[in-house]
Amino acid sequence: MRRPAWTVAAVLDTARLADQLAATPAMLSQPAVFAKGVYYVGWLRAHGVALHGGVRPLRVLGDEAQGRVTGVAWHDGDEERTLACDAVGFGYALRSETQLADLLGCRFDYAPMHRAHLPVRDAAGRASVEGVYLAGDGAGIMGADAAEWAGERAALALLADNGVAVDTARAAALERKLDRLAGFRRGLERAFPLPRDWAAHAPDDLVVCRCENVTAGTLRQTVAVNGADEMNRLKALSRVGMGRCQGRMCGVAAAEILAHATGQPLQQVGRLRGQAPIKPIPIGSCPPKGAS
Amino acid sequence: MGAGVVLLERDLCGSRSSGVNFGGVRRQGRPLSQLPLAQRAHRIWGQLPELLGTDGEYIRSGHFKIARSESDMASLERYRALSSDFDLGLELISAARLRTQCPWLGTRAVGGSLCLEDGQANPRLVSPAFALAAQRAGAQVLERHKVDEVAHDGAFCSWCARRMRRARSKCRRPCCSTARAPGPAPSPPSSARRRRCAAQPVMAVTEPVPHFMDWSLGVEGGGIYCRQVARGNLVLGGGTGLTLGRPRARRPRRHRHARGAGRRAAAHAAPCAHHPHLGRHRGLPARPRTGARPQPHHARPVPRLRLRGRGLPDRPRRRRGAGRTGARRAQRHAHRRLRHRTLRPPARTKHHHLSVPSPAIPT
Repeated sequence: MRRPAWTVAAVLDTARLADQLAATPAMLSQPAVFAKGVYYVGWLRAHGVALHGGVRPLRVLGDEAQGRVTGVAWHDGDEERTLACDAVGFGYALRSETQLADLLGCRFDYAPMHRAHLPVRDAAGRASVEGVYLAGDGAGIMGADAAEWAGERAALALLADNGVAVDTARAAALERKLDRLAGFRRGLERAFPLPRDWAAHAPDDLVVCRCENVTAGTLRQTVAVNGADEMNRLKALSRVGMGRCQGRMCGVAAAEILAHATGQPLQQVGRLRGQAPIKPIPIGSCPPKGAS
Repeated sequence: MGAGVVLLERDLCGSRSSGVNFGGVRRQGRPLSQLPLAQRAHRIWGQLPELLGTDGEYIRSGHFKIARSESDMASLERYRALSSDFDLGLELISAARLRTQCPWLGTRAVGGSLCLEDGQANPRLVSPAFALAAQRAGAQVLERHKVDEVAHDGAFCSWCARRMRRARSKCRRPCCSTARAPGPAPSPPSSARRRRCAAQPVMAVTEPVPHFMDWSLGVEGGGIYCRQVARGNLVLGGGTGLTLGRPRARRPRRHRHARGAGRRAAAHAAPCAHHPHLGRHRGLPARPRTGARPQPHHARPVPRLRLRGRGLPDRPRRRRGAGRTGARRAQRHAHRRLRHRTLRPPARTKHHHLSVPSPAIPT
């Protein structure tokens, strides 16, 4: 096997081993996926990669003159630690790309497990708008297997709604599989929970919105000075989520900070409205005059 | 001692048309009948930091109206002569000078008219700042209060908002409604077969591009408008989108951007559009009704409404030789109703054709 051009310096996990142990029963409902996860962790250990659990990331260290990363600093519960490295990959869980459902006028509800507003759908994938069917991670993070099953189930619903005879036993089986997977999904959330005190500890100079360079401090100040208590108002006043990514990267973080700064539960601060075009389009790609 | 003011806003101040518009702040091109008011507004815009505590990114960058033909140029010349009493400082710019100054405009522009003291601002900052300033000045600003009903019993004006259904509030002052289309009222004929839809300007914001333009641009006769903000983003608009059913101001269905000079300005830096929105057309404000008894004053412009019958084209136009179709009749009917409800706009001046409806009215 060829050696990779890079080596993993360490894996830092905000979740603790206790979280993962507590989630094991729920995650065993999908033994194959669970085994894959255990295998990955084992592989990392076998290859001598340091795994640190229960950390609180503090900052990325960098050489500003050269514009490159030099290391990462975190708190392990007892003390601050640093590690030299050349690059950092960072993320808190996944979020759904719900903009299409939003533009189609689908109703959204707050989903506590996802800590996000998600389009409402029934077990077959029917949205609140007639003729709209939802499947996959765009309607709630469930993974690739669930996306396939939900897509098939939604297709069956679409056919049935249009008077085509479908295999109802297959539809019921898919719904059962999806239901079981929902239990696994809850387990996953238990094993790798979002640090609940993240917003409280995010420093003022933390850049929340990278497209528009908006810091957590700016967001807090906007709340304090202008009384913003809702996401779209915060966006209008501070430009958070107004840039190229349209809040896909920063919307969740900004909502957490807004909820914390205003003392509201997350569902109260709302969500950024979807805007067409969902992904940036080059203006040169507009059809020339006269084209249909 | 001024008047006690209660301001009821169905959503958040500045979250709709006054906060979502092009952001041009201009006098040039307005009908002469509007110019005294525009001049007054111009002075107020100059005092924003003192009045609001923020400049709302207002700058007097100059507003340039492009002429695409000799007749456009003649029209701009005529406007300059007619508005000479108002001291707008309009300066006509020749094609040759334009080529030197703005080569990216291309060859279709045959000149234009510059109003150096007109400018641009950021409406999403200015509008909420006005609400905050009003609050500081003692106004009671009630946001998320949709007004369902306004009445007057001779001594008191009372309103009923959804959140205050049980506790009607009263005030001694006449009410002033500034609702705009497609606001809560008035309703068109409630035929199930027809839907109200309002034509609205379509705009977009690009990602920041290197600075190349100071002026806020418009085109004589309408078409496109464009400006570049200090951060480098281009704000451009042109054409109209349709609002279907419930207000979908932030959910545009049609985009016809970046045509003509706008396309050229945009292509100059090949940016990406990431933030289009529909603004609001703003017609002429209606004149308050006078009468012995205080009435709610509607400052709403007569909305540009179209009625759309099921299966009819988006823009029902009367074809030559065709009789009055149902949709056409309904449209006329709706306009009549609206006029009765909202009061007539000021009589058109003979120069009215010089103006184009634009979302860029200072708010």
